[in-house]
Amino acid sequence: MTVMSYLGAIGAAQREAMDADERVIIIGEDVEANVYGTTGGGKSRSDKGDFLQRYGKNRIRNTPISEEGIVGAAAGAAMTGLRPIVDLSYSSFLYMAMDQFVNQVAKNRYMFGGQASMPVVFRSAMFYGLNTGAHHSDRPYPMFMNVPGLKIIAPATPADAKGLLRSAVDSDDPILSFEACLLWSSKEDVDENEFWVPLGVARTARVGTDVTVVAISSSVPEAVAAAEELAKEGVSVEVIDPRTLVPLDRDAILRSVAKTGRLVVAEPAHRTCGAAAEISALVAEEIFDSLKAPIVRVTAPDMQIPFSPSLEKQMYPTKATIAAAIRRVVDLPALQPVAAAV
Amino acid sequence: MAELTRDTLREMQLRMLRIRAFDERASKMVKRGHIPGTVHTSIGQEAQVVGATMALGAGDYMSGNHRSHGHPIGKGSPLGPLMAELVGKATGVCKGKGGSLHLADFAVGSLGESGIVGSSIPIANGAALSSKVLNNGKVALAFFGDGAANQGVLYESMNMAGVWDLPMIFLCENNQYALSTPAHTVTSGIISERAAGFGMPGIRVEEGQDVLAVYDAVSEAVARARAGDGPTLVEVMTYRYNEHSEGLRLGTDYRNADEREAWLKKDPIMLFRHYLASQGFSDDELDGLEATALAEVDAAVAFSDASPYPDLSVAFDDLYTDKESAA
Ligand SMILES: Cc1ncc(C[n+]2csc(CCOP(=O)(O)OP(=O)(O)O)c2C)c(N)n1
Ligand SMILES: [Mg+2]
Repeated sequence: MTVMSYLGAIGAAQREAMDADERVIIIGEDVEANVYGTTGGGKSRSDKGDFLQRYGKNRIRNTPISEEGIVGAAAGAAMTGLRPIVDLSYSSFLYMAMDQFVNQVAKNRYMFGGQASMPVVFRSAMFYGLNTGAHHSDRPYPMFMNVPGLKIIAPATPADAKGLLRSAVDSDDPILSFEACLLWSSKEDVDENEFWVPLGVARTARVGTDVTVVAISSSVPEAVAAAEELAKEGVSVEVIDPRTLVPLDRDAILRSVAKTGRLVVAEPAHRTCGAAAEISALVAEEIFDSLKAPIVRVTAPDMQIPFSPSLEKQMYPTKATIAAAIRRVVDLPALQPVAAAV
Repeated sequence: MAELTRDTLREMQLRMLRIRAFDERASKMVKRGHIPGTVHTSIGQEAQVVGATMALGAGDYMSGNHRSHGHPIGKGSPLGPLMAELVGKATGVCKGKGGSLHLADFAVGSLGESGIVGSSIPIANGAALSSKVLNNGKVALAFFGDGAANQGVLYESMNMAGVWDLPMIFLCENNQYALSTPAHTVTSGIISERAAGFGMPGIRVEEGQDVLAVYDAVSEAVARARAGDGPTLVEVMTYRYNEHSEGLRLGTDYRNADEREAWLKKDPIMLFRHYLASQGFSDDELDGLEATALAEVDAAVAFSDASPYPDLSVAFDDLYTDKESAA
C-alpha cells in the first residue's frame, strides 16, 4: 500500500496498462508534456515528459485539437488491433465528437453483427466547482448513459480510479471515464501492485440501516460526510457508490434500499434525465413496496453553471444538502432552509 | 501504367459486373418489397469502386458510406451474406443487424459503411494509425462522396494523417451530386486541390469511368503509403445512373438528360469490355463473365431466400461483449 492521489492513481493505472500490453497507446492534446498530470510519474503529478521518455512517440501521441477526428481515429484503431486510451481533457469537449461517440464508437459492434471490437477508453475530467464558467464545468455522463453500446465509469476514490481504469483498458467494449477534478487531490492508501476493480460492481462506501444514499462521483465523499453527521443523531446511513454507471449494479442498489426502505440519490449532474432519475425510477419500479418514504434526489438544477463563486458553490450536492435530504426521508426536522439544489 | 496479368484484368471486369448485377437486382427487390427500407446503388460508378479496391492488398483496410454495396464486393466479399444482409436475414454478413447502409466484412478488410455522411472517414484513419503503430505494412482507404467532402471531419482527418504520415488514402467518389445538390453549387474550388493545404499529393482522375486509370492512380497512392511516405487524396470523377436511392422520386429534375446520355456513352463496363476485346479476350469469354456475375447474384438471392430471419432471442447480442450488460 502506498498513499496515492486520485490523479496519481490514474497515472499509475496508465503506466501499468502501457507496461502490460504493447497495443495500449495514449493519444490526446498535450499528453506528451503531461499537462493534465496523468502521463507523468506514478504517485503524483511529476516530471513532465515521463511517459514520453518511457514509451516513445509511437505510443504517446499529441494530437491536433480535432476531437471528432481523434475519437473516430481511436475507434478505427481499436477496431484494427490497438487499445487506445484517449485523453480528452475536459468533458465538455466530448460534444465536439458526438457523432463519433454515438454513431461509430457505440454502434459499430452491434451494427456490424459483432465483427468490430472496440477496446478503447475515453477519459475526460469534469471541471465543475472550480469557477471555470459554463463551458468548462459540465458533468455530461447522463447523456452518454442514454447511448446503448457505451460503458461508463465514474470513479470517486483513488483506488477505484486505478482499478477501474485497468478494467476499462482490458475491456473490449468502449468505455467513457468521467473523472472529477474536485477529487484529483484526494488521497488514500492504494495497492501499488496491479489490481482490477470489475465493471458493473458497486461499492458500499458506508454500511447503514435507515437510509440508502446512492452517490456519484464527487457526491460520494459529501454523502459519507453527511452520513457521519447524521450518525451522531442516531440515523444509520448506507452510502452506495455505483462506480460504474453503465452497466449499473442494480442488484446492489435494490438490495440496499430493500433493507433501509429509504432512498436519497446525489449526483453533480443536471436533474432532468440524470443518473439520479434513472436510479430513482429503477427503485420505484422494482421495490416500491419496500419504500417507507418518497425518494429524494439531490442534483444540480437544470441551469447553466454560473461563473461567480458565490453562485457556483450552490450548484452541486454538498454534505449539507445531502444531510437535509436524509432528514427529509427519515422525518427529522430540517436544521436550516433546504438549499436550492435539493 | 502497371503491367497487369490477364487474370487481374478478367477479375476487374468480373467485379464490376458483380456490382452491377448485384445492385440491379437489389433495386428490383426494393421496388418489389423484398428488401426492406431502401438501397443506394453504385451503378455507373463501378470503375471507380473496383479500380480503388483492387489497388488495395487483401489485408488492407477500407471504410465506406451509404452507397455501400460496391465497396465490399470490390474487395472480394462473397455475395450471399451481403444479399442476405440487405434482406435482413440471420446469415447476413452483419447477422441482419446492419442492412444496406451498414455492410461490413472484416474478413476482407471492410471496416464498415456509414449512414452518416463523412462519419467513417476517421475510422479508416484510425486503421492507418494502427498500421503505423504496429508497423504491419497495411494501408487504409476511406471512400466518401463529393457531399462528404464538405464535412469538417475530413479535414481533421487529413491533417492528422498528414502530420503523422499515416498510410492512408482519402478517396473522393465525385459523382457530382449530393442527393439533389450539384457539387459545384456547394463546393468552393476543386476537391483534390485541397490536399495541397495539408502538404499531401492530391490527384484528380478525370477518366473515372476507366477502371485502369483509377487503378493506376490509387496504386500509386497505395505504394506511397506502404513506403511510409504518407497519405494521398484521390478524387475520382464519376456518375451515378440511378436515383440517389431506389424508389426515391424527386419532383424536380436536377440532372439534365443530355448529361446522363453523355455519361452512359462512357459506361465503365462497356469501355472495359472493348479494352479487353482489344487485348485478345474472346466474346465468349467476355459473355461468360457476364453470365458468371448474374449466376452469382442468383445464387446469392437463393442463399438469402433459404436463410431464416434472426430470432428475437439474438436481438441484444453484440450490443456489448457480455450479455449481462445489455439489460
Ligand atoms: C450527416 C448527414 N447529413 C445528411 C445526410 C443525408 N444524406 C444521405 S446521402 C446524402 C448525399 C451524400 O452525397 P455524397 O457524399 O456526394 O455521396 P453520394 O450519395 O453522391 O454517393 C445526404 C445529404 C446524412 N445521411 N448524413
Ligand atoms: Mg455525390
